[in-house]
Amino acid sequence: MKAFEIVTEAINPQIYADFVLRPEAGAVTLFTGHVREWTKGVRTMYLSYEAYVPMAEKKLAQIGEEIEQRWEGTKVAIAHRIGELQISDIAVVIAVSSPHRKTAYEANEYAIERIKEIVPIWKKEIWEDGEEWIGDQKKKPEGELT
Amino acid sequence: MIQLHYFAGLREQTGVSEEQVDMAGRTVEDLWQWATEKYPDFVSGAARVAVNEEYALPTDVLETGDVVAFIPPVSGG
Repeated sequence: MKAFEIVTEAINPQIYADFVLRPEAGAVTLFTGHVREWTKGVRTMYLSYEAYVPMAEKKLAQIGEEIEQRWEGTKVAIAHRIGELQISDIAVVIAVSSPHRKTAYEANEYAIERIKEIVPIWKKEIWEDGEEWIGDQKKKPEGELT
Repeated sequence: MIQLHYFAGLREQTGVSEEQVDMAGRTVEDLWQWATEKYPDFVSGAARVAVNEEYALPTDVLETGDVVAFIPPVSGG
């Protein structure tokens, strides 16, 4: 595995938790994002994710660097899966370790928010009667946020 | 030449995933203008442009060998 990667196979979250665990860590937060069946009353059959893989991995690594600068003593690993995913499959995993729990929670949430802003990954929802690329989840038209 | 990549909804609008254009020395904004003329549906895309895997500014100048990607609104997670 790599600390920041786009994968095409099922995600095993434990390997990312193990990767960030260190003797100085008193907390590890492990977030897994899953394929949800119902969104605003519409039933999703499955999702199809696409990524600009080399740039997406760079941007995931950038998020890791942002976190390690902002919260001293943290270590981060992030993976996002692409391809066709079924209901309840893991789409994304974020593991953060830190000396204390508060930081691990905050940094983990920061990571998912940043993924939705800057990482070139796209989700297509496939319904019983149609499909659509999803975008504009955060309404951030400009390039880099600082 | 400049290598162009289209992703997700933009790829479906253009019908191509990659193409090359001779726009070295022109700006990202010029490229954007070219793309919206060639692909009228682009206007609604609200896409960003990445040059060599980094988000670019409209004033950035393209160089031979650059790899450009049109990045529609992202929806990972």
